[in-house]
Order: sequence, then C-alpha cells, then structure tokens
Amino acid sequence: MVEEEGIRVVRCGGSELNFRRAVFSADSKYIFCVSGDFIKVYSTATEECVHILQGHRNLVTGIQLNPSNHLQLYSCSVDGTIKLWDYIDGILIKTFRVGCELHALFTLSCAEDSVFVMINKGKPDVFQLASVKLPKSSSQEIEAKELSFVLDYVNQSPKCIAFGNEGEYVAAVRDFYLSVYFFKKKTTTRFTLSSSRNKKHARNNFTCVACHPKEDCIATGHKDGKIRLWRNFDDEKKYTYTCLHWHHDLVMDLAFSVTGSSLLSGGRESVLVEWREAAEKNKEFLPRLGATIEHISVSPAGDLFCTSHSDNKITIIHRNLEASAVIQGLVKDRSIFTGLMIDPRTKALVLNGKPGHLQFYSLQSDKQLYNLDIIQQEYINDSGLIQIELTKAAFGCYGNWLATVEQRQEKETELELQMKIWMYNKKTQGFVLNTKVNMPHEDHITALCFCNAEKSESSTLVTASKDGHFKVWILTDDSDIYKKAVGWTCDFVGSYHKYQATNCCFSEDGSLLAVSFEEIVTIWDSETWELKCTFCQRAGKIRHLCFGRLTCSKYLLGVTENGILCCWNLLSCALEWSTKLNVRVMEPDPNSENIAAITQSSVGSDLFVFKPSEPRPLYIQKNICREEVLWGVFVPRDVPESFTSEAHQWLNRSQFYFLTKSQSLLTFSTQSPEEKLTPTSKQLLAEESLPTTPFYFLLGKHRQQQQNDKLNEALENELVQLPLTENIPAISELLHTPAHVLPSASFLCSMFVNSLLLSTETKSAEENPDDVDMEEEKESDDSDEENNFTEKIQDTNNTDLEEDIIHQLSKSEEKELKKFRKVDYSWIAAL
Amino acid sequence: MAGYKPVAIQTYPVLGEKITQDTLYWNNYKTPVQIKEFGAVSKVDFSSQPPYNYAVTASSRIHIYGRYSQEPIKTFSRFKDTAYCATFRQDGRLLVAGSEDGGVQLFDISGRAPLRQFEGHTKAVHSVDFTADKYHVVSGADDYTVKLWDIPNSQEILTFKEHSDYVRCGCASKLNPDLFVTGSYDHTVKMFDARTNQSVISVEHGQPVESVLLFPSGGLLVSAGGRYVKVWDMLKGGQLLVSLKNHHKTVTCLCLSSSGQRLLSGSLDRKVKVYSTTSYKVVHSFDYTASILSLALAHEDETIVVGMTNGILSVKHRKSEAKKDLVPRRRRPAYRTFIKGKNYMKQQDDILINRPSKKHLELYDRDLKNFRISKALDRVLEPTCSIKTPEVTVSIIKELNRRGVLANALAGRDEKEISRVLNFLIRNLSQPRFAPVLINAAEIIIDIYLPVIGQSPVVDKKFLVLQGLVEKEIDYQRELLETLGMMDMLFATMTRKESTSVLQHNTSDEFLENNKIES
Repeated sequence: MVEEEGIRVVRCGGSELNFRRAVFSADSKYIFCVSGDFIKVYSTATEECVHILQGHRNLVTGIQLNPSNHLQLYSCSVDGTIKLWDYIDGILIKTFRVGCELHALFTLSCAEDSVFVMINKGKPDVFQLASVKLPKSSSQEIEAKELSFVLDYVNQSPKCIAFGNEGEYVAAVRDFYLSVYFFKKKTTTRFTLSSSRNKKHARNNFTCVACHPKEDCIATGHKDGKIRLWRNFDDEKKYTYTCLHWHHDLVMDLAFSVTGSSLLSGGRESVLVEWREAAEKNKEFLPRLGATIEHISVSPAGDLFCTSHSDNKITIIHRNLEASAVIQGLVKDRSIFTGLMIDPRTKALVLNGKPGHLQFYSLQSDKQLYNLDIIQQEYINDSGLIQIELTKAAFGCYGNWLATVEQRQEKETELELQMKIWMYNKKTQGFVLNTKVNMPHEDHITALCFCNAEKSESSTLVTASKDGHFKVWILTDDSDIYKKAVGWTCDFVGSYHKYQATNCCFSEDGSLLAVSFEEIVTIWDSETWELKCTFCQRAGKIRHLCFGRLTCSKYLLGVTENGILCCWNLLSCALEWSTKLNVRVMEPDPNSENIAAITQSSVGSDLFVFKPSEPRPLYIQKNICREEVLWGVFVPRDVPESFTSEAHQWLNRSQFYFLTKSQSLLTFSTQSPEEKLTPTSKQLLAEESLPTTPFYFLLGKHRQQQQNDKLNEALENELVQLPLTENIPAISELLHTPAHVLPSASFLCSMFVNSLLLSTETKSAEENPDDVDMEEEKESDDSDEENNFTEKIQDTNNTDLEEDIIHQLSKSEEKELKKFRKVDYSWIAAL
Repeated sequence: MAGYKPVAIQTYPVLGEKITQDTLYWNNYKTPVQIKEFGAVSKVDFSSQPPYNYAVTASSRIHIYGRYSQEPIKTFSRFKDTAYCATFRQDGRLLVAGSEDGGVQLFDISGRAPLRQFEGHTKAVHSVDFTADKYHVVSGADDYTVKLWDIPNSQEILTFKEHSDYVRCGCASKLNPDLFVTGSYDHTVKMFDARTNQSVISVEHGQPVESVLLFPSGGLLVSAGGRYVKVWDMLKGGQLLVSLKNHHKTVTCLCLSSSGQRLLSGSLDRKVKVYSTTSYKVVHSFDYTASILSLALAHEDETIVVGMTNGILSVKHRKSEAKKDLVPRRRRPAYRTFIKGKNYMKQQDDILINRPSKKHLELYDRDLKNFRISKALDRVLEPTCSIKTPEVTVSIIKELNRRGVLANALAGRDEKEISRVLNFLIRNLSQPRFAPVLINAAEIIIDIYLPVIGQSPVVDKKFLVLQGLVEKEIDYQRELLETLGMMDMLFATMTRKESTSVLQHNTSDEFLENNKIES
C-alpha cells in the first residue's frame, strides 16, 4: 500500500512567515510571504493559504510583483536563482540562474528588464546591491549573469535599501550613514550623522529606510526611536532633515502609504504609528498588536497595510487602522518551557505561544488553531523587564483538565509562583479557569503530571518541586446546598530526605506514582500514598522518568545526567538492564510499548526506538539533526499506517515530532517531502470575489475557466479565440428575452446546456446549428463580432506596454499589427 | 486586536463564616425580646390562624401572647401542678394541655374554665395533641400509656400500652385522622393507627426520645433524643434516612420552617441549628443564653420563640422589609435610555455596523492603560481604596513592580503623599498575604528617601513606627519557628503516618533581610 522507503527527517510546517516583508497583489486580494524554501500565497479576506509556491532549493530571501504584469511574482533565493511565478495558478513560469547567493530582491517599474538583487561575494558580511538584466527567452531556464553593481558595502537587511521617486535614486543606510545613489547622474551622496563621532555610545544608528513615492523625501528609522525625514539630499551641503520621535525603542520598519501622505512606523512597542502629512502632532495609533513589529508593507491599491510580527504572525490592517485579518504561524519567538504536548481533544500540538499564552497548533494544516491566554495580564514589551513565564503545562483526563504553572523570579528570594487548573467547558468549547493556587510550592516546580488512568474515579494531579516536596492535588466537590463547585485541593505532601523532587510520573493504570528525588527514584502507592520502594543507581540525577505501557507496564525507565539509561522491573524491584546512553529526550508512545529516546553527542543527535522489555533497540537513526533536540512527542495517527518492515513498524500508529534548539519542528516520514507537504487546501482556490448566487454556479465557473484558458493561451503562443459568456447567443437570448414570451424551460434546456459546453471549441455554437435553427443567421453574426471583441481584449491584456501606441493606430494599421503579432508572438511570453 | 487587559486583582479566600442566602435569611431578625416566665418554658405553640397568637407553657400556667405583645393577653392558671404541652387546635379556637397530676384539660380560647377534663392517666401527661379531624386528642403520659380521647363526650376511646417507659413526646399526623406518633424514654418511636388499636411502625432511636415531628406530608418522621436528630422514612417502613449529630447536649425540641425547607432543632447546649431538609446539612446556627427546652416558628417564619430552662422566653421578630423604601432613591435614567437604539431590528437593505461595546475600566486601570503610573498609584492610595480594599492597592503595586516602574511611581512625593504610602505599609506590611509585595515596596521607599531623612518629623516618625513593626514581626516569626521546632519534635515521636501534615513556612528570611537594610 505504502511504498516503503527509508525513514527520513522531514521539516514539517511551522516555518517562519516574518522573515521578509509580505507583498500584496495588485488587487489586494492576495498576500505573499516567504516561508523557508517556499512562498505562501494567502487570501487577505479569508486568511486561508491558497497556494504554496515551491521550487526553490534554499531559503527564499525576497519576493516582488512583476512590475510589468501584476499577475506574476518574482522571487529570489539563497540557491542563486530568481524565479517568476504565476501566483493565481501556482505555476512556475521561469527560472533565471544568477549563480551567486541572493539576499534581497527589488524591482522597479521603470526598469522592467532588470531587477536589483543583494549579493555577497567574498567576505560573509559584505553585501552589494547589483542590478541583474533578465534576458528574454522562451525557455524555462535562463542564465542571467549580467550583473552591474550599484552600491557596495550595504546592510544585509532589505529594510536598509529603498528606491525612491519612480526609481530616480536608491537610498541605503548602514551604521551611521545614509548613502543615496542617483541613477541619472550616477553619483553617490553620503550623509553621516554627526553625533556618531562625538558620543561613544550614540544610539542613533540607522535601522531602516523608506522613500516617498512621489516626492524627493527619505525617511530613516533609528535605534534610539527617532524617525528622520531627509529632503534636498541631492546637495551634500544644503540637505535638511526633520525629526519625528514617538518610539522609545528602535524603529523596526517604515513604510510610506501609496500616495505618500502618511508614513507608517513600528517597533518593539507593538504599536503601529501612522504619521499623517509627516507631522509630529498628527499621528494615529493602532496599539496592542501582540508582538514586535518587524516589517510593514502597503498594498499597491492602498487599501490595506500589513505588519509582520516577531511571533510569526502577519496582521492585515485596513486603511482606517482596523486590524482585519491575522495570519498566524507557529509562534517561535520565545523559548519553549512547556515542551510539546498533544491536546487529546483536537490532536493539536500545544506549546508556549505568545507571551503568556499556550498555542494550539494544527500539525495537519500548519496553522494555529487558537491561543489560550494563561497569564491574563497586560503584556508590556520592554527590554530588561522580567516577564511572567509560563513554565509548565499538562493535560489530564482526555483533555478535560489543563494544569499550568507560571512563575516570575526577580531576585533570588522573590519567587512568584502560580498554578492554574483549567476545565474544558463543552458549551463554550474552551478552557475555563477553575482553580488558582498561589505559591503551590516554595520553589520552582520541576514536573507536573495528571493521573490518566481510565478507571480512576477521582482526578489526581501531582506536582514536584525543588523545595523537596511533591504534592498531590485532587479534585474535590466542595459544593454546598447553594451552588455546585468543584475545585482542586492539596491532598498529600510527600518528601524524601529533603532531596529536590525532579520528576514525577504515573503508571498507565494509575496505581503507582514514581517520583525521582535527585538520584533516587521512589515509588508510591496512589491509593494510600505510602512509599513502596526506592531505586537508586548512584549514576547522577534523574533527568527523565517514564513507565512502560501495555505489555511492558511492569518496567520503569529512568535516564540520568551521567548518560545512563536504566530499566527497573517493578515486580522484582530490581534493575532489569541499563546501558550507557546520553539521552536528552525520552518519550513513550501512547499507542504502543515503544519508547523513543534521542541522544546527544558531539556530532549530532541520534534516535533510538526500543521496547522496555528488551535492551535491543527496534530502530536506530543516526544524525537526525546537527543541533540539540529539546523536546519530542508522539502524535497518534488518525488512520494507522501499515508498514510491514520491522524498522518502520514503530511509525504505524503514531508519528514522532521533535523540536530542536533553533526551534524547527521536525518529524520522521517515509514519504517524499513533496508528497508530504501537498496542501489539502489546494482545492480551495479562492473565488471569494464572486458572490455565490445560483447564477454564479452556472456562469462563474465558466468565466473562470475562460480566464485561465486565456492565460494558458498567452503562454502557449496560440491564438485560440474563446467567446465570453455574455456573448454566447443562447445565453444572452435566454437572459434578455422577457420570461413570458420564452418557451417552456424543458424546451430550452438542452439548448442552454449545449451552449455551456463550448469551452474548448471556438465555434461550437456555429457547428451545431440543428439545435438552434431559428437563430442561425443572427448567431453567426454574433460570433463574428465576438471574435473581434475577444481579440481586442487580448490586445489590451497582453500588450500593456504598448497600450497607448495601439490607441493611436488606425484600423488598418491595427490589422497589420495583428498579423505581425501572429507571426512573432514569443516576446510577450518574456514579460 | 486584543484590548487592554485589566490588572488582575488578587482575591483571597474570605475567612470566617460564609455568607449564604440562609445566613442572610436567618440573621434578618431584630434583637430578641426577653420575657420572664415563672419557670422553665417547656412548650411554645403557635396558633395556625391569624392573629397567630402563641401559647407558652411554663410551670403551672399557660400564657397566651399576641404576636407583638410583651404581656400575656390571656392566662390559664387553674392547674394544681405543673402544666405541660399546651397545644392549639388547627383552627386556633381550642387549647389542650396535660398536667403533672395526670389530667388532660381542654380550654376554649375565649373562656377561662376548662371545657373538658379527660381523666384516666395515672401519672404526668407530658404530651398532648389534636388529631387531624379536630375531634380527638392524643395524650402520652409517664404511666407508659398513650390514650386517644373523644372531645364531644370526653371519653377515652383507646389505650395503647406498648411503650415500656415514659412517653414524653407525641405528634399527630396532619393528613390522616387516625395516625399519630409518640416517642418514649424506652428509646422507641411508635406510630399508632387508631383503626388497628396497636402500633403500626416502631423505630429504634437509640436514646430517650425527647421530641418527634412529622413532616406535613407524613412521609418523613424526625425524632430527637440524646445528641442525635434522626430522620426516618415512614413510607419505607421506618427506614433510617439520616442521623444528625450536630449538638453537644441533648436535643430537646424540633420545629419545621413554614416553607418546610428547613428543620430547626434546639438543644440543652444553648444552640438552635437550622438544617436543610434536602441535604441535611447545617446551614445556620443561633446562640442563646440558656439551655433550650422549646422552640416555635410563627407563620411565614415571622417570629422565632425560644423557651429556656431559666424561664426566659426569647422572641425574635423578622425585620420589616418596608423600611428600605423610606430612603428616597435617586432618580435613575429610565430603562429606555439604556436600550436606546439597541432594539432596532435590521431592515433588509440596512448595513449593520457593529461597534464593539465599550469595556468598563476602573480608574486605576485607565491610568495604567495610558502609562500614568504615579497617578494610578495615587488613586489606589486614597483612603477609600487603601483601607477598604487593600488587595487592590497591593495588586497595583505588584503590577507596577512587574512593569519595572515602581521606583518611578514612588519617587518624587512630598511629605503628605509619602506619609500616606507609609501609613499603608504600616497597616499591611505584617499581613503574610501582602508581605512579599510590600516588603519590596518598603525597600524601594527606603532607598529613595534615605538621603532626605531627617527633614520632616512626620515622615521620620512613620519610619520609626515601621522599624518597630518590623522588629516586632521578627520576634514573632522567631517565636513561630520555635513553636514549629517543638511541634516537629512532637510529631517525630508519633507514628509515621501522622507526621506528614503540612506546616506553613514563613517569611522570616525576608523580614530579616529587610531589617538589615533599614538598620
């Protein structure tokens, strides 16, 4: 059934969306953003991912619309290619090979045959801005080696380069100077900020630059939060600048609106500031956008803005500063304390999200489902502030309960600790706070686990802490006659010789609780909370602890800091086996006996899959990644696979996901990556512009098909003429004749249906005259007219550049031109 | 985007008695009126007909009181010996009472001399009651017999000799004229049926039964004796439903509230307890000055009358509801101003523009939203807030600390403002729930205002008070630690199982540290 290839490590979703500025399509219906090796096309109205443009072999570093055709998109990548895409259909049109790493891409409408790219040659941090001439050719792969340098020694970030006033000049900033290169004069002017020389720790470094679209005006953002507006910069002496200051931290990005009447700025405050008419007092704010604004972009139509945030989010903002849509990826801004968990209800991956939130992330659709606000406090984004961290979380009782621990430690003695227990409310389909425990322990909580046994009648939660205690919390019904109320109260406090409790774990049936106190593992009876036995290997502190499952439930596994993996038999209370293995992550599979362990060595991380009953691993994969693996989790499959070979069997019921130190989410798969990443949303091609009336179903699809065909036509250099829907005589007849003079619907039906069938053939309406004999003459006239009409439409569509010329031509000349075009049409394709 | 999140105000569990609707209901009585009787008040009984007079049996007299009168409106005193158990008939026109000499006398409310005298008991009759058909009287006496009397011809109809000890309490069914229940010192409660001339159900209470009570439906029987109140299901043949042990001493009397939802029991331990009749949990408790012998509730629970061993009758009247309306209410905007425009139904061509409803923010939240930190702190240090709700003030101080601006907010204050802050600290610093936050604030204040100390005698004095407070707290904590050590030793000698009790650690380290800074 499934082709058995080798298991490979696959990057699964969770790619960055905020790496570069997002780009709007000309009609603001779509938004494009780079995402790892792909470009994602989102609908601005529905927030749905419409296409994933894949083809680059390395990180995509820049995207721009083709200035000569709004339906095409250029992208550049570190793999040294510039690709041209048709984003509506998600088709790669052309590839230009440049041959060196490209780090940014700029296009200008006045220089349509060349694009600007940022390259680095030689030293790793020396970047140059160069223009690349894109040769015209009909072939798919074209070499574009014609590079001409514009500016040397520019900043790596594309935010530090801006083209102004219809490509008259380019402005670039780096450190303390702004250089402006005029294309016509071919001269460079350089301005250096004076304070940089005097003060030692001056903070007025340039951070970003934007150019006014109409006037000669450059806006620069600075590290100290100021925005400077430069004018008269064509003269090195007479230049002037004005200062706008609202941000108190560095300005992350600047953008002018399409008309240039207002300037947008954003930074760490997560407030979008709109400066109207570049005046200090005339400003508008959109506060509380959630995280640092990294990029701002403006749609060409001018009706939408969008901000990319450090928490992997794109916010689409309406012109009147109202957020209209949010495209949220996996939040990867901060370190993950909670580890990876699976919500038993939604099967979503749960981990730290936005500050103070837990994110529920769907692995199937690579999309954030929702954020659960745990800390419920206003988030003040400021450097140097000690924030409340969400450190632990655990699900219990089939997702009915969620326990979270948050802490904030300012000084050694001042620890704020809070444990919250949330109940799933079926009515509101969300978690509701049930119990809040202030200072559940005296010191940091190291582990948190629910008893998930099926038969247990009471819910139990165990917390282990550095203060040497572990506490058992039980759900108690403290309802009196007035109201029903359930809450969690402490039932038992256990300790073992004042050692720090480091891990806790319930056995599968919930009858035993294992708590590790530094080097010692203690086993407690969960009925009476009596200490049953202890295991001590004197091999360093216990790092992980877990019980075996199903047939292996008599085994307890422990991993120590000194790199020893031990397996104890609970029946004989003796060590079954142990092995030297520096295990970082150990995760049991909930659906089988298997346990996955990821070890860390100097060369990379290795994966071992084994059963506790035998010390020989089922499966080993060396070098799954070069960096340290922090967390792992087994995700149960919806539909079990049926791998037969022994090495693959452990993937049958669950899939193993792991998170590395650089926060990339990886998994093991036997399928090829292309197959894996095919989006299910491909069918959801956006058609949201058309209202879904009954007539839309009849005519809308037809029209769309025509449009698509027209595009294909342009590509294939064929002149196939297609009638527009309005010009199909049968339909126009049907629509324009008053209803009371029409024959019965059954009579018209076949005629009508036949008229809709002519999508591929040009003159099918003429070819079946027996159906509509009474309209024969008229129809042929119509079709003649219609041919002319469609041709004209093609003229206007395909010859944007020479539109004005065409209008001035006489009819005879036009005909000649048409003939000419029939002969040599290939150059259009190069657009 | 997400709106401003208001500061989370830390809530603390309220200590002491929980305020429930029952405590509100049962506390809504005026201060009791005390009436001195001649002897121990053995029985109080309300007439079920307006004007709801009540009969009080004490010593050899029966007094009839009007609802609000402090003096008896009528007295029956023609008893040779102690009278017992004066009980109104359902229509409130006849009264029956037993007496120490074994006689049972029937009185007309309007007359003085007894209408009937039922002779037949040889010993004191402690319990009498009218049956549901109004024409018979049941009496139980110390001669172990229970007798049924006919009122019209004052004859004995039946005698039951099933009890083996004094019969001290009885109660007739309100629905069936033939059923009645008696409780005896032989620890049994028996239900008799006049049609069968023997007991139909007998239940074992376990203690001498002092009081019995049938529920209006007749399905449940409550018996009191010893320290126990027991509820029996008569429809299941006398199965014990619940046994309540909430009193320290013998329970002497039982009573149902007028709604039937609450059961009251009075005891020699000077308490009246109120139980819910659905969960049989104590929902309220009254305290009295002496041991309680009798208890009665007026129609609609308007009055609680309790008779005690020292001969004092305590009468509590419900507070009148009408009083509240005397205060002229400020005229509020009419209802229609609040729903103005909100009840407009969308027409077909209308475009609905939703404006998000404005979230109400507290004033300090509004200040914090606009980063006016000093102002927010000033606002919560106003006496109205800092005294009434110190947890709000502490939460704001905590929030300012979290934002890293507490020092800025505390700095630059004049004498009056700083003494306000210090007053708050002095008042609340020693409370364990506020201590971690306030110690931090105190440290910051000391750091800020150390250079200017000695300029204002008012502030200096406050600092000295604060220092004294901290020293006192340190001593206290030391004492606590000593006690803890002692208790640990005690626990260590006990069995292992009990040694796992949790003991709260304290914040003495922090206090010590604070003291160092101050000195």
